Amino acid sequence: MNWRRAAIAASLTIPVVALFAYGLTRDPREIPSPLPGNPAPPFALTVFAPGEPSLGRPIGDTIRLADLRGRVVVLNFWASWCLACRDEHAGLSEVARLYAGKPVTFVGSLYQDTPEAGTAWIAELGGQSYASVQDPDTRTAIDYGLYGVPETFFVSPDGQIARKITGPAEPAVVRHVIDSLLASASAAGTP
Amino acid sequence: MSGLAGLVGRGALLVSLAFVVTGIIAMPAGIRRGRRDWVALGYGAVFANFLLMTAAALAMITALVTHDFSVSYVAQVGSRETPLFYTIISLWGALEGSILFWAWVLSLYAIFVVWLNRDRPGNLVPYAATALLGIALFFAILLVGPANPFKVVWPVPPNGPGPNPLLQNHILMAVHPPLLYLGYVGMSVPFAFAVGAVLSGEAESDDWIRLTRIWTVASWGFLSAAIIAGMWWSYDVLGWGGYWAWDPVENASFLPWLTATAFLHSAMVQERRSMLRVWNLNLVVGTFVLTILGTFLTRSGIISSVHAFTTGTIGYYFLTFIAIVLVAAFTLVAGSSDRLRTTGRLDSAVSRETVFLLNNLFLTAFMLTVLVGTLFPLVAEAVRGVKVSVGGPFFNRMSLPLIAALLFLMGVGPALPWKSATRAELRAKLLPPAAGAVLLAVVALVIGLRDVFGVLIFALVGYAATANVREIWLGARARRVAHNESWLAAPLRLIAGNRRRYGGYIAHLGVFFVALGIAASATMRTEREATLRPGETLTLSGHTVRLDRLWAREERQRSVVGATLTLLDGNRPRGSLEPRMNFYPTSQEPVPTPDVQSGPFGDLYLNLMAFRPDGSTATIRAIHEPLVPWIWFGGGVVVLGALVGIWPAARRRRAVVVAVPAAPRLEGHAA
Repeated sequence: MNWRRAAIAASLTIPVVALFAYGLTRDPREIPSPLPGNPAPPFALTVFAPGEPSLGRPIGDTIRLADLRGRVVVLNFWASWCLACRDEHAGLSEVARLYAGKPVTFVGSLYQDTPEAGTAWIAELGGQSYASVQDPDTRTAIDYGLYGVPETFFVSPDGQIARKITGPAEPAVVRHVIDSLLASASAAGTP
Repeated sequence: MSGLAGLVGRGALLVSLAFVVTGIIAMPAGIRRGRRDWVALGYGAVFANFLLMTAAALAMITALVTHDFSVSYVAQVGSRETPLFYTIISLWGALEGSILFWAWVLSLYAIFVVWLNRDRPGNLVPYAATALLGIALFFAILLVGPANPFKVVWPVPPNGPGPNPLLQNHILMAVHPPLLYLGYVGMSVPFAFAVGAVLSGEAESDDWIRLTRIWTVASWGFLSAAIIAGMWWSYDVLGWGGYWAWDPVENASFLPWLTATAFLHSAMVQERRSMLRVWNLNLVVGTFVLTILGTFLTRSGIISSVHAFTTGTIGYYFLTFIAIVLVAAFTLVAGSSDRLRTTGRLDSAVSRETVFLLNNLFLTAFMLTVLVGTLFPLVAEAVRGVKVSVGGPFFNRMSLPLIAALLFLMGVGPALPWKSATRAELRAKLLPPAAGAVLLAVVALVIGLRDVFGVLIFALVGYAATANVREIWLGARARRVAHNESWLAAPLRLIAGNRRRYGGYIAHLGVFFVALGIAASATMRTEREATLRPGETLTLSGHTVRLDRLWAREERQRSVVGATLTLLDGNRPRGSLEPRMNFYPTSQEPVPTPDVQSGPFGDLYLNLMAFRPDGSTATIRAIHEPLVPWIWFGGGVVVLGALVGIWPAARRRRAVVVAVPAAPRLEGHAA
């Protein structure tokens, strides 16, 4: 054995291991979405679950993003077959009530599901405060680059996508995002 | 039954750890003090480890099958609704189980190494067994520590979520992972022999290379089969119509395959000409390091991939192990390289040796390209803090020239003699296969291939395939004359007489099928997507399908939505296809099951993309995939070649080898 040479060669291990050690501290799944900061894709979708009168819309109404200019829009994609959607449901419904009377609109969009199953699911989970719409052909989900359900998009009053939450949305996070959007909107002078 | 399986499993893992440590201490100590009984004790530890790992694996299968949710792994991947078959194979469906299975395969290899070489004098085998136990020690530590699959769950849950939906959707999940582990873990054996050869001082003789070869061919065959099975699985399950995406995990299985392939060729140069000793040591050690690197990449979550396992602290254990393996590898190669001077030398630039050297050069360059592309996102983030991803275009552009060069060499190598070739020999050997190149290039143009690189690949395959078939044919013709054998018996006897050589040629032929399949499907694939109402049709590349109906079905573990389509020939129905979408309660996304109509010259691939819940429309993506079945067939031929190459020769082998008249210059001139 030529130990001196071996030791020099063995020192090559250090940069490789350092690189991997650094890699272990990163989360490769944290992929920045290209959407935030860009105009929200328009949609016009039909309501199938009305929600509560103060927050929701009657069945059969069409909700258009274009009509919601000047408001913060929270667009939540969900499905009755999605387990994680159950976890966030009550919290989202509750947060929506907190913003009653403020320029904030919550919209649920049903993904790859039937309105009947969606309605039954809402009833099973004790109702939903805001309206849910159906998305036939999943066009809107494709426009928003949906990766899976649940996903929640925040549209600022000027029609830009401000933020996106992948997976169940925490009520505290949702409130924080809405508050900061409302604050920056009033600072900018829009109502 | 409840609780017993967990108890047996935990106990077996703990006792096996003790045996492994005993063996690692006893064998080197026994060698140093000349105590063969200590070495024998170490061999005993190898066998005990196998028995205990088998007990642990059986305990896990029992726990899975009996739905013993007090065992953590069962609580994690089991469910009462999962069909029995998928319950059993979920043994390797998630992290802890896969580590257990890995350790079991390693223990299996270890007993074969010890048993098959039990009469071999010297210290090579004890050292090699120690190295194998050293690797086993790492996995044993994982299994009693962070990856213990037998942790106690209390209170016992009534049911579990079931395996990852992607892994319970296809029969190939029963085939691909075991093959991959057999291939991957098998590469530990050549590495162990390398360690043994250096430590016992036998590395100077070329004998250990001969000993290593059969293990490398076997592992290489498993790995080849695993890669092809993985491609097939991806094609049949993921619904995107492709089979290879240069995903980090695919790359991880491909990297050691490249270096192992290089070794299979360069080992011949060492055996024949006593050259490339240090290089071969590098390849053996490098292949092993790449398997560990691949395991690390897939199990630490360090690089984003569809296949990645969920992770925890296990990444740091792997990091420590990689550091130890790298230090050991570098020390081994650098420390012993000056003793391994080459005694032979290259006689001529035009010889089979040269082709093998070029083959090694290109394969290594290929490996480095894939390695750089795989690790680049990590490097970029570490150095510049940016998120980048390296996609197919990089790998395709970089690998195409290398693949073209390698295909060409596959035609040149078998045709050239060892040592040196005369001008006349070159002309006689290298010119005739050009007819094959022209023929396949014309075929490519006739079937509508217009991509320059596609036609080039066809031509190169035509050249190389003709050269390989011609070698077999020339040998068979000579046998026919010399032994008066029939045209059926002559090639079979020829192959049986020099299995290693002709096994290699058969593997080459398999690679040619794979190359044609990839070249055609990559350049001539056509696809269309359409939203159909029942009764409407979709036409693609002369195939017409009609949507008959959309249906839904509840199964125990999932809900299935499917579309039934009829393949039409004019107005006559010619078959039925049923692409489906499966909804699992644990998955946010549906798992597709595309349906494929296979023919000898290609597939019609249908995937259900979306549907109206009321059943009024279905969105279907149809893909015409030329020659894709050739890839699977070629994979089978490659494995057949590996099998022929390692099949133990009959006792009269020696006599037959002498009788082979195929190559004009063989052993006789080497002395």
